[in-house]
Amino acid sequence: MTFFKKLKEKITGTNETVTEKFKDGLSKTRNSFTSKVNDLVARFREVDEEFFEELEELLLQADVGVETVMELVDQLRWEVQRKNIKNTEGIQSVISEKLVEIYKAGEELDTELNMQDDLTVILMVGVNGVGKTTTIGKLAARLKEEGKTVMLAAGDTFRAGAIDQLVVWGDRVGVEVIRQSEGSDPAAVMYDAIRAAKSRKVDVLICDTAGRLQNKVNLMNELEKVHRVIGKEIEGAPHEVLLALDATTGQNALIQAQTFKEATNVTGIVLTKLDGTAKGGIVLAIRNKLKIPVKFVGLGEGMDDLQPFDPEKYVYGLFAEGLEKEAE
Amino acid sequence: MAFEGLAQRLQGTLQKIKGKGKISEADVKEMMREVRFALIEADVNLKVVKEFVKTVSERAVGQDVMKSLTPGQQVVKIVKDELTNLMGGEQNPIQFARKSPTVIMMVGLQGAGKTTTTGKLATVLRKRHNKKPLLVAADVYRPAAIQQLETLGKQLTMPVFSLGTDVSPVEIARQAIAEAEKEHHDVVIIDTAGRLHVDENLMQELKDIRELSKPDEVFLVVDAMTGQDAVNVAKSFDEAIGITGVVLTKLDGDTRGGAALSIRSVTQKPIKFVGMGEKMDALEPFHPERMASRILGMGDVMSLIEKAQENVDEEKAKELEQKFRTQTFTLDDFLDQLQQVKKMGPLDEILKMMPGMNKIKGLENAQVDESQMGRVEAVIRSMTIAERTTPEIINANRRKRIAKGSGTSIQEVNRLLKQFEDMKKMVKQMTNMQQKGKKKMKMPGFDSLFR
Ligand SMILES: Nc1nc2c(ncn2[C@@H]2O[C@H](COP(=O)(O)OP(=O)(O)OP(=O)(O)O)[C@@H](O)[C@H]2O)c(=O)[nH]1
Ligand SMILES: Nc1nc2c(ncn2[C@@H]2O[C@H](COP(=O)(O)OP(=O)(O)O)[C@@H](O)[C@H]2O)c(=O)[nH]1
Ligand SMILES: [Mg+2]
Ligand SMILES: [Mg+2]
Repeated sequence: MTFFKKLKEKITGTNETVTEKFKDGLSKTRNSFTSKVNDLVARFREVDEEFFEELEELLLQADVGVETVMELVDQLRWEVQRKNIKNTEGIQSVISEKLVEIYKAGEELDTELNMQDDLTVILMVGVNGVGKTTTIGKLAARLKEEGKTVMLAAGDTFRAGAIDQLVVWGDRVGVEVIRQSEGSDPAAVMYDAIRAAKSRKVDVLICDTAGRLQNKVNLMNELEKVHRVIGKEIEGAPHEVLLALDATTGQNALIQAQTFKEATNVTGIVLTKLDGTAKGGIVLAIRNKLKIPVKFVGLGEGMDDLQPFDPEKYVYGLFAEGLEKEAE
Repeated sequence: MAFEGLAQRLQGTLQKIKGKGKISEADVKEMMREVRFALIEADVNLKVVKEFVKTVSERAVGQDVMKSLTPGQQVVKIVKDELTNLMGGEQNPIQFARKSPTVIMMVGLQGAGKTTTTGKLATVLRKRHNKKPLLVAADVYRPAAIQQLETLGKQLTMPVFSLGTDVSPVEIARQAIAEAEKEHHDVVIIDTAGRLHVDENLMQELKDIRELSKPDEVFLVVDAMTGQDAVNVAKSFDEAIGITGVVLTKLDGDTRGGAALSIRSVTQKPIKFVGMGEKMDALEPFHPERMASRILGMGDVMSLIEKAQENVDEEKAKELEQKFRTQTFTLDDFLDQLQQVKKMGPLDEILKMMPGMNKIKGLENAQVDESQMGRVEAVIRSMTIAERTTPEIINANRRKRIAKGSGTSIQEVNRLLKQFEDMKKMVKQMTNMQQKGKKKMKMPGFDSLFR
């Protein structure tokens, strides 16, 4: 059974609309990337050095980053040699298989949130403007849909209008938002929110934080403190620390992931704005170097525009045309 | 995991060339490969990189790089000059209308920094140009976008025009301009909602606002961290609505900012301002040369070398070198060095410039954040002479006292002591390395700095 057929089987078992949505969101990515791969495949009869160079360029333009691209292409070279592939037919599946493999890094991937029997606390972190607050709104909607009771903590007390923004989301989704006034101590907001969440016995508390650039030492210290305060109130909390990354971001995302991981022990990534033309290829590098998995992808500004990340589907999205062809 | 700048990238090649006497065209080619990677890692779009490298290669081969005794520096210089040229050009400030009000439109992707920049720009206009701006809340989509602008207006005591979220942005713009005429506001800044460049409906909305408000400036606001996609975004916005300038935000981060070059090369529109923070006074004019250095990850290497030569007291340098070698380097010397360095520029960049330095482990921790330098000074100044010479005696109590005395925290004191230790270790490693080497060298790096 070919890789694509396996994929197809895997996917047909899942919710069609989810797949469709994912495909839609990725369609631009897929179109440009796949058509480029197809061009490449069509243009080259033989898998030679030139072919690999072009492949390298394709990946670089997806923001995967020099180091990871080099590694990936080296592995492909080796794979091609090993399987004794001489022509470009079939190379496409080798490429996609390898992408998934690199992403998985030999581990069984778990994109499920680490849910507790009683209160689960999720902390949302990231640089400015990446989509933290919006993701919280979407995630709250999702969890509520699953039948969970959700509460939000308005921990961005810095940016103008940030509290109001979360409150609007709270109204939209129909969940309570714990807030203090602008300019108050975010750690105090968290403290309040945890008390409230406990007394109301909600299932999930999602905490918003102000965006901060990872090189601002004092702001990162502040975030560490927020993290610590949550941990003091509930052992083992926060149970999830989600880093929002904008798919448009280039190589700096790697440093973001590293620094936020050091400060708050990030457990997963939400890759936002994948509905644009940016490809977010840096998640391959992040996964490769820091082992942080992507848990969700953002595909728009609406309430239901958050989908679980699935590396197979991600690659499927990139190579959907190839899939359809082979499956015929 | 900071990415290597061009200078470091060239080290490998330069090492090979060393002692070869004359370098070949192949060597230049290899250096150009490094240039290419350095630019890609700085997020310059691949196509832009290719074109750029082609131009630079021609210059490099044509010029005296191959005969030069310092081919590395020569290449860096050519690359930097070319980058500066490309991003430079006329630095015209804001275009004002002949007849008031001047209309400025802010456009860009979601979360790029439009609203914040609207407030910052208004601040500049009032302070530098004596204008009386009206801010227009035309983002009716994002939750609380209007409140955000209104809050900024309050902070700045600047009027904000809004009609809530039920009126179309085009209508809001129309009424705002009428209001400005009536109330004698000489500048109108329209804050539009963030949108994807591929969103046809919302792009049409911008065209409509442009049509109606006939703006004197249309600023595309772009996040400096943007990757390869910057070319698509800039091109689409420019083709759809015709931008007049670019504002690059979040440059207070540690991104290289290669998007600046990508955007410039696809739109040919000037980058007019850079955002340097979240506060309302953090908007600065764009400096092409600084941007070029930043993209290449080298502070301001050329002028740094020049400055170093000007500023460093020869005697002191020798003395320092001696101390390093005999490992009698104290916190006092560290302070002294800070003073010298302050005259030159960012310390970590200087460290990185030193050949061989980038290969030494522990350098990451030895970096000194420039903004922290003042605090570092304060910490050292709060130490007794004994503490400065033998930092080992600084126990918990002393740390507390020093933190208090310098108005810093114990963590900061700890960090400094750690940095100092790292630096000493590093020097030790370096010294060992040299002793192993056959040629008797002087301090690597310090050579090139202090010669
Ligand atoms: N550090 C830093 N943060 C900035 C800068 N400019 C904007 N920001 C932050 O980036 C985030 C997004 O900024 P906004 O001004 O809301 O961006 P916008 O383009 O109006 O966003 P939308 O209206 O949501 O599309 C906020 O957290 C700002 O505080 C800057 O120059 N430096
Ligand atoms: N197109 C698109 N826009 C998004 C997505 N997620 C967030 N945004 C937008 O990006 C902007 C910044 O989001 P926000 O949640 O305020 O970011 P925060 O500063 O990190 O909290 C807002 O305009 C959001 O509507 C996404 O997945 N796709
Ligand atoms: Mg937010
Ligand atoms: Mg805005």
